[in-house]
Amino acid sequence: MPPDTAMLGAPAVATTLPVVRAKNLSVVFDSHGQRTVALSDVSVDIARGNFVSLIGPSGCGKTTLLRAIADLEQPSAGTLIVNGTSPGQARLNRAYGYVFQAPALYPWRSVERNVMLPLEIMKMPRADRQRRADRYLDLVGLAEFRRRFPWQLSGGMQQRVSIARALSFEPALLLMDEPFGALDEITRDGLNLHLHKLWRSTGMTVIFVTHSIPESVFLSTRIVVMSPRPGKVVEVIDVDLPDERELELRESPEFLRVAHRVREALRAGHSYD
Amino acid sequence: MTSALRNAAPMAVVLLIVVVVWYLGAVWLNFDVTQNLADDDATFWDIVRGTMRQDRPLLPAPHQLVAELASSVFGQPPDSVKSLVYHAGVTALAACLGFLIALALGTALAVGIVHVRTLDRSLMLWIITSQTIPVLAIAPMVVVVLGNIGFTGLLPKSLIAGYLSFFPIATGLVKGLRSPDPMQRDLMRTYSASRAQIFAMLRWPAAMPFLFPSLKVAATLALVGAIVAELPTGAQAGLGARLLTGSYYGQTLQIWAALFMAAFLALLAIAIVDLCQLALVRKRGGRL
Repeated sequence: MPPDTAMLGAPAVATTLPVVRAKNLSVVFDSHGQRTVALSDVSVDIARGNFVSLIGPSGCGKTTLLRAIADLEQPSAGTLIVNGTSPGQARLNRAYGYVFQAPALYPWRSVERNVMLPLEIMKMPRADRQRRADRYLDLVGLAEFRRRFPWQLSGGMQQRVSIARALSFEPALLLMDEPFGALDEITRDGLNLHLHKLWRSTGMTVIFVTHSIPESVFLSTRIVVMSPRPGKVVEVIDVDLPDERELELRESPEFLRVAHRVREALRAGHSYD
Repeated sequence: MTSALRNAAPMAVVLLIVVVVWYLGAVWLNFDVTQNLADDDATFWDIVRGTMRQDRPLLPAPHQLVAELASSVFGQPPDSVKSLVYHAGVTALAACLGFLIALALGTALAVGIVHVRTLDRSLMLWIITSQTIPVLAIAPMVVVVLGNIGFTGLLPKSLIAGYLSFFPIATGLVKGLRSPDPMQRDLMRTYSASRAQIFAMLRWPAAMPFLFPSLKVAATLALVGAIVAELPTGAQAGLGARLLTGSYYGQTLQIWAALFMAAFLALLAIAIVDLCQLALVRKRGGRL
């Protein structure tokens, strides 16, 4: 623990430090005397500019890990460092954007005013807000829908609005919690390609929770495979596929080889209980 | 437009039935009195005709009421004490002021209950208790106490109207301010939004679908409160005063006219709330 904090105290090397460093991290939920170990002794480093997927069956703590990084859950033990500081401080610094399982748009706001919500909270001047909203709605391909209201959009479009909203204040870190889990496969394919290009063009770090093997392999540079009861990391798999990816890649032997490794790791995780 | 037309026919039928039943009721209720006053050689049909011409009928016939309403609304200058418009205005002003008091008080209570845990535990019981006290019992006391310290007329009436109508606003808003789901609240947390920002950008706008039904109930209650407040005080003006003097002097026509005016004011109040709601719905792209 001391070497970490010493390193983090030096801003000169901050760019080479991992964006997220979890060391022996545990999260225990205590409700009505019932103890649930959601995360047990998890250590993981996430380097800048990476696209890292957290994959595993339900109850493996992948969402808990993401929420702990976002300071939405409190660690019970271990250390967690986000962007060189505590998760709480990182949240106050508005270091990350968070995309939830559901779009969580505010139905009384138009699409563009939903995208502007974080900018309003951060007290950005009106003209800048408008520019950012235009830019990121354009980036997710929804420029022409900016005056519509959330319920007038399909589920996939709503989720794209929520991605534009998370990108609008240009955080260095994007946390995504099964953002496409509720969508049909065709929409999902399209959004995966979209997200991949977005990540390539912005160079930000993405942490992506999913339980789809092809999705994680297609999008990621690294895959963290987790297992349930208690939630822990089974294996970290590097994805050595080309940087520039198209949907056809998913039928290539290299892709299937990585997918197979992930599946094996998931199976190994299951045999623990 | 077509739906308005489709509704018109059933509404006309209901109105017709009400009028017919009303006439039958007028004949039945006024029959004995009319018979006693009639000449000995009056036929049954003479008496029936007479039941609709009484000065102080037990139940006035619809056309008598229409004539009374017409003369007291249009037959007098609106600032005359004989004008029903004047009395309606007095009551409406007290009700409006009471409604504004209720809106301020109800909002303040709801905000406190939602944000302060101790208020959540302590206040709700008192709010509910306050509504179990009959307004007829508390109104004279409020009027007397305030009169002793120099407040008469509009203020005591408004306070009683406010007392009666803050409850639906407070309870509706508490539910509305708590309506955002955990994800919507977590989102605000990821932006490190302040409590004031969470209130202004999430809780308050999310509460609107809960607030407007409450406002409609509160608007009619404020009107009831203002009228009730005029009853025990011997008020000189207002619909309550008209009801009181009407019953004092057996002027049933005056009472019924005042009742119809009160119903009209209530409809007007609800229409105004509906207009505000419509404006908000338009701003929100067609949904509340």
